[in-house]
Amino acid sequence: MTVAVQFTDVSRVFGEVKAVDRVSIDIQDGEFFSMLGPSGSGKTTCLRLIAGFEQPNAGSIRIHGVEAVGLAPYQRDVNTVFQDYALFPHMNVLDNVAYGLKVKGVGKSERLARAEEALAMVALAGFGGRKPAAMSGGQRQRVALARALVNRPRVLLLDEPLGALDLKLREQMQSELKKLQRQLGITFIFVTHDQSEALSMSDRVAVFNKGRIEQVDTPRNLYMQPATPFVAEFVGTSNVLRDGLALQLSGSDNPFSIRPEHTRLAGSEPLGSDEVEISGLLHDIQYQGASTRYEIRLANGQNFCVSQANNQWQLGDAPVQPGQQVTARWARAAMVSLRREV
Amino acid sequence: MSHSLTAASRLPAEGWLRRAATLLYRKPNLYLSLLLVPPLLWFGAIYLGSLLTLLWQGFYTFDDFTMTVSPELTLANFAALFQPANFDIILRTVGMAVAVSIASGILAFPIAYYMARYTTGKTKAFFYIAVMMPMWASYIVKAYAWTLLLAKGGVAMWFVQVLHLQPLLEFLLGVPGVGGNTLSTSHLGRFLLFIYIWLPFMILPIQASLERLPPSLLQASADLGAHPAQTFWQVILPLSIPGIAAGSIFTFSLTLGDFIVPQLIGPPGYFIGSMVYAQQGAIGNMPMAAAFTLVPIVLIAVYLSIVKRLGAFDAL
Amino acid sequence: MHSEKASWGLKLAAWGGLVFLHFPIAIIFLYAFNTESSGFSFPPQGFTLKWFGVTFARADVLEAIKLSLEVAAIATLIAMLLGTLAAAALYRRHFFGKESISMMLILPIALPGIITGIALLSAFKTLGIEPGLLTIIIGHATFCVVIVYNNVIARFRRTSHSLIEASMDLGADGWQTFRYIILPNLSSALLAGGMLAFALSFDEIIVTTFTAGHEKTLPIWLLNQLARPRDVPVTNVVAMLVMLVTMLPILGAYYLTKDSEGVAGSGK
Repeated sequence: MTVAVQFTDVSRVFGEVKAVDRVSIDIQDGEFFSMLGPSGSGKTTCLRLIAGFEQPNAGSIRIHGVEAVGLAPYQRDVNTVFQDYALFPHMNVLDNVAYGLKVKGVGKSERLARAEEALAMVALAGFGGRKPAAMSGGQRQRVALARALVNRPRVLLLDEPLGALDLKLREQMQSELKKLQRQLGITFIFVTHDQSEALSMSDRVAVFNKGRIEQVDTPRNLYMQPATPFVAEFVGTSNVLRDGLALQLSGSDNPFSIRPEHTRLAGSEPLGSDEVEISGLLHDIQYQGASTRYEIRLANGQNFCVSQANNQWQLGDAPVQPGQQVTARWARAAMVSLRREV
Repeated sequence: MSHSLTAASRLPAEGWLRRAATLLYRKPNLYLSLLLVPPLLWFGAIYLGSLLTLLWQGFYTFDDFTMTVSPELTLANFAALFQPANFDIILRTVGMAVAVSIASGILAFPIAYYMARYTTGKTKAFFYIAVMMPMWASYIVKAYAWTLLLAKGGVAMWFVQVLHLQPLLEFLLGVPGVGGNTLSTSHLGRFLLFIYIWLPFMILPIQASLERLPPSLLQASADLGAHPAQTFWQVILPLSIPGIAAGSIFTFSLTLGDFIVPQLIGPPGYFIGSMVYAQQGAIGNMPMAAAFTLVPIVLIAVYLSIVKRLGAFDAL
Repeated sequence: MHSEKASWGLKLAAWGGLVFLHFPIAIIFLYAFNTESSGFSFPPQGFTLKWFGVTFARADVLEAIKLSLEVAAIATLIAMLLGTLAAAALYRRHFFGKESISMMLILPIALPGIITGIALLSAFKTLGIEPGLLTIIIGHATFCVVIVYNNVIARFRRTSHSLIEASMDLGADGWQTFRYIILPNLSSALLAGGMLAFALSFDEIIVTTFTAGHEKTLPIWLLNQLARPRDVPVTNVVAMLVMLVTMLPILGAYYLTKDSEGVAGSGK
């Protein structure tokens, strides 16, 4: 497998703010790669560095082995789907899609044929004559996709492209994007702040925080083996215990993470030798259908969350009430030791 | 391995136009400078250069006997501004500018208020255009129209006769400082013309500031028990002050520098503008003209610093 | 909460204000067709079109119209170029001195015209430049720049910057992006600004008085007529024409920019 995009010690500073701070990544050719993080974490800046809208202050960016630092966007073999789609309002849909071919000097009949083809690929055949303003959000999104793909880029950049769509449309587009990526076999680099979107679509995910990468891994590893407290808490829900509590429960003062669904409320049975437990005041119960969440306040004031599957079909009685003292218990092996926060 | 070599080997051969485009893209400061050079040259050299030349001339000496200007530096011109005759001109002009600004504000407010709160869609657009058109309509023709209106046997006199208002007119023209021999040679006529010409400049900023007032604010005031008059004095008027201040910048500044209107309508007697015009033209005393020009500049600077506190610049 | 209906007093004041603004303009249109050959008596005795023929046979009127059109056209072109450049430089990036530059652009219309006029005159005299066509154009272009600048920068700010990025991303260089994306998006604002600048220049008298020398633009011709009230009918016809040339562009500019933003010209 070859490397599609390679960052080596890339930094981008805006005034005092280090938007991207010594980031290194290898993105493999043909992979669906997501950049995940809260807003301001540097993920979008990384995408813009690849597209060429920003230039790094330091470091090297290689796109298919070619140094891209100093190249303008139009000198790079990548295309972008913008968050606001950025469709040209004064052109109809077909001209929008054909634009990239036009400025590269492709003849009129060929570029219109290829644009029609690209529109058909995103299920918009026959919509070429419309103005972008006359289309729905979902349709505009597809036009933006077709406009980027018609240039047959080796890398496609997607900047939170589904953010403006409603939930149902978003789920539909997620699976379509994934299918398209497999079918075309090109690298997709997808920026999002939605962790479930990143997990469900990607081959690998890079988690960004404060301009740096916390972890790059497959969705499964990211969830099961988070490397840092930030990743543990940002990807899914997790209980991160630190310092004294960590030392007492795990024998090490490194922080550790335990997922709520890997814990249970202890009954009267004795504590197993491979188990640990912690007690606190139950202050809230959230019934969520397939599972129930129990919020426990520990002695140090921290919240601890237990999630139990409702896998019994009998109605039964609610086992506990808020205000009771309860104990959460879990297998020692389920704890994931985390890197210390800097 | 050299980065530039690998990059260059991938790219097709480029024309000089694209190379220039890329250079500009990579050097945003160069691009910015190239954009800015022509307007900066024009404004820096021609406009600011002229202003400085003018101010500098204010320090030159004018010889009353030979009627010539010599480049000996003096403060005499500026001191002369405070001679009673000259100071009178300044006071007369400033008095008119203040009166016109206040009257325009009072006249403009109901129009602006009606536009902002009671019109929507087509009616609002109609009002907007109906205010913009007279604003842009030729200044000199508007002034000319008023010479027609106020002339003997003109439209105004016809209305006065038809409505039998002669006694009222006689009375108004008899008031010292307001009146004059006839409408077209009275202070009143000049005042009306100034208001007419600058009124749209007052309406639009007030309307804009009222437009920004959220209706929920007025509802809140009513909800808290204020009746409409209280809401007006306590909420609406204070919040429209930035707009009134912004409008008054125009009415004040434009009246201050005008020399055409005083020439066409009203009693004899110089305004600052006509004094500047006369000094540089008929008399040829450019230094004195320059000194007089400084008066509106200083007054406007002072005025701007006052209305800036009222938030006028946010309403422009 | 305001009541749904305005009070009669307010309605009257608002509509009365509009009548006040438009009545003198209506008078100009009325008098242009007046049969009388002198005097301003009201109401007019009758209506005729004959003064139009008389006016367009007058060499001095035609000269003045030609000069005014020439000045307005050239000053507008200069203003469109400089105003667009300034707007492109100032709309997005922040840099030291940006505020001063936009302030400087506004100065020629914020300060009374007499200041601009006499300043230019004193500079021309100092440099030994004879007042004439060139000096009129220089003066007009200076205060027209801000009109174009205001319209164009409003459009720039409203146009998403990602359009420019999208164009470059798709392979267009700066020139292509300018030609295919920026210019088409700017065109109506540029045209509106140009029309307003043209109207402003066509009508300008205060600065022109100082920079014109012996040349007579149409407004100066009009002003001279007022000082010497001969041939009133011709003056009336010219007054109406000047009124039309200055009022119609505001309608055009309004319709060109109405779907986007208000006409950015509220500083004449």
